Amino acid sequence: MTAAAQTGAAGFLARFEGLKDHLPGARRPWLNAMRAEAAVHFAARGFPTRRVEQWKYTDLAPVAQASFAEPLTMVQGALALPPANAPHRAVFVDGRFRADLSTMDGLAYRAGGLAQDLGAAEPFLGALAKPESEPLAALNTMLFEDGLFIDLPEGVDGGLLELVSVAVDPGRPFAFHPRHLVRLGAGARLTLIETAAGRGQCLHNPVFEIAVAEGAAFTHGRMLQEEATIFHLSTIYATIAAGGTYDNFTVAAGPRLTRNEIHAALTGPGAACHMNGAQMAADGQHVDTTTSLDHAAPGCASRQTYKTVLAGRSRGVFQGKIHVHRVAQKTDGYQMNQALLLSEEAEIDSKPQLEIYADDVKCSHGATVGALDADSLFYLRSRGIPEAQAKAMLVEAFLHEAVETVTDDTLRTALTRALDAWWVRQGRAA
Amino acid sequence: MLRIEGLTVEVEGKPILNGVDLEIPTGEVHAIMGPNGSGKSTLSYVLSGREGYEVTGGTARFNGQDILAMEPEERAAAGLFLAFQYPVELPGVGNATFMRTALNAQRKARGEAELDAMQFLKLARERMKALSMSDDMLKRGVNVGFSGGEKKRNEILQMALLKPALAILDETDSGLDIDALKIVAEGVSAMRGPGFSALVITHYQRLLDYIVPDRVHVLMDGRIVKSGGPELAKELEAQGYAAFQAAA
Repeated sequence: MTAAAQTGAAGFLARFEGLKDHLPGARRPWLNAMRAEAAVHFAARGFPTRRVEQWKYTDLAPVAQASFAEPLTMVQGALALPPANAPHRAVFVDGRFRADLSTMDGLAYRAGGLAQDLGAAEPFLGALAKPESEPLAALNTMLFEDGLFIDLPEGVDGGLLELVSVAVDPGRPFAFHPRHLVRLGAGARLTLIETAAGRGQCLHNPVFEIAVAEGAAFTHGRMLQEEATIFHLSTIYATIAAGGTYDNFTVAAGPRLTRNEIHAALTGPGAACHMNGAQMAADGQHVDTTTSLDHAAPGCASRQTYKTVLAGRSRGVFQGKIHVHRVAQKTDGYQMNQALLLSEEAEIDSKPQLEIYADDVKCSHGATVGALDADSLFYLRSRGIPEAQAKAMLVEAFLHEAVETVTDDTLRTALTRALDAWWVRQGRAA
Repeated sequence: MLRIEGLTVEVEGKPILNGVDLEIPTGEVHAIMGPNGSGKSTLSYVLSGREGYEVTGGTARFNGQDILAMEPEERAAAGLFLAFQYPVELPGVGNATFMRTALNAQRKARGEAELDAMQFLKLARERMKALSMSDDMLKRGVNVGFSGGEKKRNEILQMALLKPALAILDETDSGLDIDALKIVAEGVSAMRGPGFSALVITHYQRLLDYIVPDRVHVLMDGRIVKSGGPELAKELEAQGYAAFQAAA
């Protein structure tokens, strides 16, 4: 098959041509049209290069040069799943919903595989994603097979739900592009705890479309913990209506390359968005958090705190754009990113960007970069704590500070565990 | 216990200690007094192993061991403790976790059983009561948001928990009001006994009203220029350092 020999964008486009009549929803004209249009965008742009401003610090060449196949066969049998964090969990294997591995009984709202529910998803699918400007969203639109579809009616408290995504190594490079849709009706509430795990030469390219209606609150904790062979490129689009809240906390600690890209828009008065996270990279790894926040209504608040820890020869990126529209008076925006470099070969690129078109706003941002503080280290050692343990305590302290803002106990515990697990792995590697 | 002979130390190529001789026998409390820049803090840091202090000559033996060759954590496990002039704030490191980790690291290094969280809390609460510290200070980050007095009391609490054989108190009195000073002094006095020695470094005589030393040494220009009994502190208070400057 010639398609398998083609690399990068051409390879994906060739596979789309071959697969398009077999993809979920192939008999739905609206979806076919959407995929075809995305393919046009993807063909025009291909994978972004470092000449594209938003990708200046993150090189996708290793992805663009590889040839990924689709995971065509369903993985059967027992799978090692991460430990459960909540009574209800939706499990995806290679991007496909697995009802047999999921625990969804008794949920008071619609939640399940998108492929089974495309009719109901039609009004929301593609409503927020921008395949015309983000090639990875175009790629996702072109080739998604499944995803988690959550539709929370007005006033419903959905409690805790877990999203588990596992990549199973088929022994050859493969890619999957799940499309997740989350819709919260007015006043609804939900906490989603997401874990991405798995191994193999894999590109995991999820896109989220999240719509938070008036007064609703969506808490989204993400733990991107795949192994160091995986490329994790996720793009989140969120829109938050008046009085609504979107809380995102992402731990990126594992993949060879992680891009955590979030586009959030505050569209009604009093909406709030909190984007926080901790990203860690060890030798040979690359982590990138890129956020774009639109204050498009008055009286909205946004908070961003990101922590980066880099060991060995690794690279971290933080790009944060806050756009305050002319109408968005009384905006309260805050952005902070802090990096801890544990090696002289590590590099952080930090780029805050504020565009303010309203005159009555409070917006601040800051960035710090540093090594472990010598005085702190000496203080701990002078009390008898061995150097390696003292360093570990200071790194943990730096990271735990980021998690302190998380109010949900279950989520905070899970995130803390993810941070500690990364650090323990570093200790083993060192 | 501690025997320092001909110790010379440089910081960034600049000589700070120019041949310090000092012996502190077991069970004694000695005070070192001296003006700013005389090398008091350098002495405390070089003894506890801080980086950036280059020993160019002399020796320091602690219970017969060459402590200058040891890592800071090894010195601590061997029974040396430094109460910092400026205790470091460690946001995100819980005070209780910090002290339990320190205590257990030392116990482990000495081949003793480690304490679990409950055992440690019981011990810590007991010691804190004696220092008029609230339980709340265990829950907070190490020294984070502590007042000057609280930080110094936290140092004394660590000393009381770690039970060192030799404590160096580096200007522990600075920034303390009289009540806090008394509490700190009581903390030190409570430890006095045949197995405990202390080196109290201070600029003022005030602290020595509460911790009465066995010996007082005057440090000037990186040398001990005079040693004597507790009355030497009073003499200094009355005459100032200038008189000793001339003598040196």
